Parts: sequence; structure tokens; C-alpha cells
Amino acid sequence: MQRRSLLAGSAGLLSVPFIAPSARAQTGAGGRVEIQFWYGLAGALGERVAEQAQRFNESQDRYRVVATFRGSYPEVMSGAIAAWRAGTAPHIAQVFEVGTATMMSAGPAIRPVYELLGEAGIELDPQRYLAGVRGYYSDTQGRMISMPHNSSSAVMWLNLDAFERAGLSTTDLPKTWAEVRTAAQALRARGGTEMAMTTAWPTWVMYEQMSSLHDVALASPANGFQGLDARMNLADPIFLKQTEMLLEMQRAGHFTYGGRDGGGGAAFPAGQAAISFNSSAGRAAVQREARFRWASVVLPHHADITNSPKNGVIGGASLWALTSRNRTAAEYRGVAEFYRFISDVEQDKWWHQVTGYVPLTLAAYEASKAEGFYERNPGADAAITQLSRAQPTPNSQGFRLGGFVEIRNIIQEELERGFQNQQNAQTALANANRRADVVLRNFERANRR
Amino acid sequence: MRRKVIFGNKLLPYLLLAPQLIVTAIFFFWPAAEAIRYSFLRQDAFGISVMFVGLENFQDLFADERYLQVIWNTIWFSFWVTVLSMGVALLLAVLADRHIRGRNTYRTLLIWPYAIAPAIAAVLYIFLFHPSLGLLGRALNGFGVPWDYRLNGDQAMLVVILAAAWKQVSYNFLFFLAGLQSIPKSVLEAAAIDGASPSRRFWTVIFPLLSPTTFFLLVINITSAVFDTFGIIDALTGGGPGNATQTMIYRAYVDGRVNLDLGSSAAQSVVLMIAVMALTLVQFRFIERRVHY
Repeated sequence: MQRRSLLAGSAGLLSVPFIAPSARAQTGAGGRVEIQFWYGLAGALGERVAEQAQRFNESQDRYRVVATFRGSYPEVMSGAIAAWRAGTAPHIAQVFEVGTATMMSAGPAIRPVYELLGEAGIELDPQRYLAGVRGYYSDTQGRMISMPHNSSSAVMWLNLDAFERAGLSTTDLPKTWAEVRTAAQALRARGGTEMAMTTAWPTWVMYEQMSSLHDVALASPANGFQGLDARMNLADPIFLKQTEMLLEMQRAGHFTYGGRDGGGGAAFPAGQAAISFNSSAGRAAVQREARFRWASVVLPHHADITNSPKNGVIGGASLWALTSRNRTAAEYRGVAEFYRFISDVEQDKWWHQVTGYVPLTLAAYEASKAEGFYERNPGADAAITQLSRAQPTPNSQGFRLGGFVEIRNIIQEELERGFQNQQNAQTALANANRRADVVLRNFERANRR
Repeated sequence: MRRKVIFGNKLLPYLLLAPQLIVTAIFFFWPAAEAIRYSFLRQDAFGISVMFVGLENFQDLFADERYLQVIWNTIWFSFWVTVLSMGVALLLAVLADRHIRGRNTYRTLLIWPYAIAPAIAAVLYIFLFHPSLGLLGRALNGFGVPWDYRLNGDQAMLVVILAAAWKQVSYNFLFFLAGLQSIPKSVLEAAAIDGASPSRRFWTVIFPLLSPTTFFLLVINITSAVFDTFGIIDALTGGGPGNATQTMIYRAYVDGRVNLDLGSSAAQSVVLMIAVMALTLVQFRFIERRVHY
């Protein structure tokens, strides 16, 4: 089974297979145990990950974490899986949240957090972590499977200069979609920006977050947390309402589609869009580039459906410990030590403040608050507020759907067809629902044991 | 009189061939055989549970109307990339073959695009056609043409065809130029003395004499349009909007590498393998007959 694995990643491509450098641990100079850590964050955030590993290495002398940038999130994930099949998996792989279900179903390939910590004799109370973060990466018994690392939530970004030009209040900001629509109309007429409203991560913001906020399952039962048999729930009125709203706004010129995934993210810091929706981790880019006054606030909700929106869901990635032949107890121990290190209040606080990701632990949030971090950086706590403002329900604890990357793309594709006037909202959702269900059933078949 | 090389040792020729054979076996036959084997299996991403499903991957594929759309996209895309890149290259080669001042400079400059990586080529086209970043994209919108290739499938197809064809022009130009230069001047002069007009000389003398080059380029261009344009599509449109610019090779990549569905991806590779074999066969059986060497 291991022999064929070199080709696994590229078997479907008919291309020359690449040979991944061995991630097998060696005992490096000075007798340190090496821990390979593959991550998928580029640019400034990637530098912070490298710095995090550096800080760990300087804090002790038994382990050395070697952090390597391995391309985008999907590339890290497929690369780590191919490496596991070849028997050369890294010790830690950073896997984005949509890959969670695939990783959780990979029984023998992964080492759950609670097991690792238990073997190493390290006590880490799950209650220390933010509820919205912890829930996403825990199993049904509440045991943590992967280690929270970089979590964000989607927030609404507003160009306050444009709001002022349009004659809108810059203190009483939109809270509901109805208010957003009114604002977009005024912004279109007098805001002076190229687009009134756009969004990054269309599926994540407009469907996943809205499902959670309004306490409606995206897939039932329980968004896949109870097993592989979940079915898509896109027929629910909330999704129809949301899709019709977007299509109407687009036709009226109040909303501009910015492309799939992160494609729409650049328009806001560049001053081209007055309202945008993006990850709270986009804060650093906005801070650096924006030449206007801005605000980041919690996502709007539909007031005719609920007046007390639930918590939003996270995005980002978590750390997965992978198994490999010949992997020693000392190496697993090193992974556990690294987990303990990044959960430390001081380290976590540093990570939160320099990256814009939400803190992993409540303690780091309290410490940042006590330091006055949120007074100096207004809006930096919008994501934390949104994640922790309600007790998560089965519909708002997150998603555990197989083939979720594909499902996200399906929703984007059907939405694009709607924007091209090829189909109405109802057909778009029906098509997306049907296609995504096929993905779920295939995943169920392939992973049933 | 032909000299024949006789090897004294029966083993030696095999030994000399061995490196080539080993490379071919490891990097071509083994992956191809693995792809065929995978296409009959369904497995999870890690390969922990593997099950034999017969032809189910193929059945699912052809029952999927979007895959039929993808096949059509591939044909449409390859056809236009080939026609455009060969047509433009031939025109440029004929022009650069004339006695004009600084023609060596023209020739060198025309070869440059070939040295550009597909991803960079795609970025150049983004800077040209992006509705809010691109020079032409902005101009088009300024003139009231609703231009947004991120949302309009036909526009997206146009952009990827232009980018892929542009990238291929240099290569074709080089071969056409070499082809033109190998046509004996005496033939052309004879035609001129007989009173043939320049366009008549081109179509009755030059074009037929170029046919070996044209045929070679046709095979190469179709193959490269089908298989080698992944980078441009990935960086420009990611296959979207909808599935408008998804080609067979791109879909095989997405299903295998992003969606981690190796069975379906392998089945698609097998379909591609059969398609390219059929295509090459047709080309050599039917078109080559009309080529004058």
C-alpha cells in the first residue's frame, strides 16, 4: 500500500510525480528532536508562523520545530496526505477548517490532541479555549481532535469616508441586512466609490455565517457533526432570502461580485468598495493600505428572522498531528510541547495581536483587554464578540462536511450562474443542493468503515 | 551503400537503450498504469479504505452533464487557440521573412513571449482585462461595454483563449520562419517570372511547401492546448465563472488535487489518454496524407 503512494498526489494528473522531501524526523545538532511543521500562510502571516516556531525553539532545548511554507491551504493538505501515503508525513500539518471532516475521518493517519496531551502528561483544559473555536475542532464527546491555531471570523468592513459622503451616519452603523441595503443604495448614489458593496469568500460569508447567525442548519442534522449522513439544507427560506437579496442588489448595481474565494478582498483596502465582507484576519492589510477612515463591525442579520443572532463560525486553520512509521514517542511529545507553548497566555496574546486572528484562549483575550489593546485598535474585537456572543447551538457550532472544499465551490458556481442571469435564486439553490448532496454521499461511501 | 553497425555483444544495445527505457517506464508507463488502476477504485483521501467499483467512476462522469460541458469547452478552447496562434504566427513569419530593416530585432522580440511562465502570462492578461485593474477592461467599461470576465462565461473563455494563443504564437512563429527560409528561392523566382501574383505565389507555392511544418505544429498545438494550458486557466479564471472555462485537464486537477477524489480524477485521466491517442491517430492517418514532404 505504501509503494504506490509517491504517485498518489499526482496520479490523476498524468504528470511527472514530484518527490516530496522526506519529512522524517532526524535528531539534529545538539541532540534536539526535529518536528516538521507544514503551513499554508504566505506573506506577513507566514512570517509570523515562522516566528512562532522560532520562539518555541528558543524557549527550550529539547525540540526544534522546523516550519516550512508548503503553498496554499489546499496544497498543504493534499501535500500532507500524499506524504502520509508515502510514509513521510510531517509531524504537524496546518489544515484549513473546510478540511476538518476529511481529516477527522482519517483514523489511523492522525493523532488527536487529547491523546497526544494525555500521553505526554500535559494538562490542557479544553474550557480554556474560545467556545466557537474549540467546538469546531472537537469530536461529539467534546474531546479536542486538532489544535486551534489561526482562527478568524467574517466581519463587515465599512469605508467611513464614503459613508460621510453619502450622508450616512458614521457612528450608528448598519446592523441588519435591511440597513445594509439602504446604505448601499445611498453609497451607490453618493458614496464616490467604484462599488457600493462586495464580498470575499462568498460561500463562507453569505451562506455559512448566515446559517450560523440565524440558527439554521446548512446541512442537517447538525451540519454533519453527528455523522456522515447529513444532507444539504439549502432549501431553507433563509438561504433563498439571502440569495435573492444578493441577486437583486447585483442587478440594481448595489453589489459587485468580486470573484471566488479571496478574490473580492482587495477592493476594500484599495478604497474601491464602500462595504465589504472579509475575514477579520484581513485587518493587517487594511491597516497598511487603507487611505481612509474605516470600521470593522459584526456581520448583519435579517431582522425579520431573528432579533438575537447567534454566534458566527470561524474560518482559518488548525494543526493536525500526523502519524508515520518509525515515529517515536519523543517526537509526539515534541508536538504536544509545541501545542502547550502556543496555548500559553503570553504566546497566544502575542499571536492574536500581531496577526489579527482571534486568540485561542479566553485568558489571552482578557489580557489583551486589560492592556487596552481594543481601545487602541477599535473593531479588533468584532470577530471575538461575534464568535462568543451566544452559546453555540447544533446549527452554529461549525461544519463537519466531507468534500467541503468542493461544496463551497459548487455554491460559488451556482451563484455565479445566478449573477449571469442564467437562473433564478431558487434554481441556483436547488442545483447547489443537489450537487452538494452528491458530494456528501460519495464521501459517505468512501469513508464508511 | 549503407554501413551497418554490428554490435558484437548482444547485451550492449539493450544496455545503451536502458536509461531511456527506464525513464520512460518509471515516468510514463507506471503513472499511466496507476491511473488506469485508480480509475476502477473508489477511496478516501488517505487511501485507508479502498474499494473496487468497476466502471462506476466512468458512469458517474458521463452521467454528469457538466462533464459533457467540460469536454465541449476543451474542444472549443483548443480549436480557437490552435487557429489563432497558428494563423497569427504564419502572418508574422511571412512579414518577418521579407527584406525589412531590423528584421533580426523583430524576430528576436517575437520569440520572447515563449519564455514567459504561464502564471506570469496570466497576470499580464489580468492587468489587461480585469474589469477594475486592467487597462483594456477599464476602457471597455468606460465605453459602456459591460465587461467582467469573472462573471461572463463567454468573456472569460475569450480571455483564456487570447492568453493561451498569445503564449503559443512565438513557438509557431519560430517554426514557420524556419520553414519559410528553407523554401528554395529559385522556386519562388520561377513562379514570379511566370507572372503569379504575390497572393497566388503564397497559396500555390509557399503554403503547400510549408505543409510539413504546418502539420507538425497542428499536432503540437492541439496537444499543448489540451494539456499544457493549465497554468493560464488556473491563474486567470480558476475554471469559472460556473464551469465556463473548465477544461478536461483542469477538471482532473480540481477533482484529484483539491477535491481529493482520486477515483474520478483517474477516470478523467484515462478518458484524456484515450482522447489523445485517438486524436493523434486521426491526425496521422488522415491529415498527414495531404502533407507534401
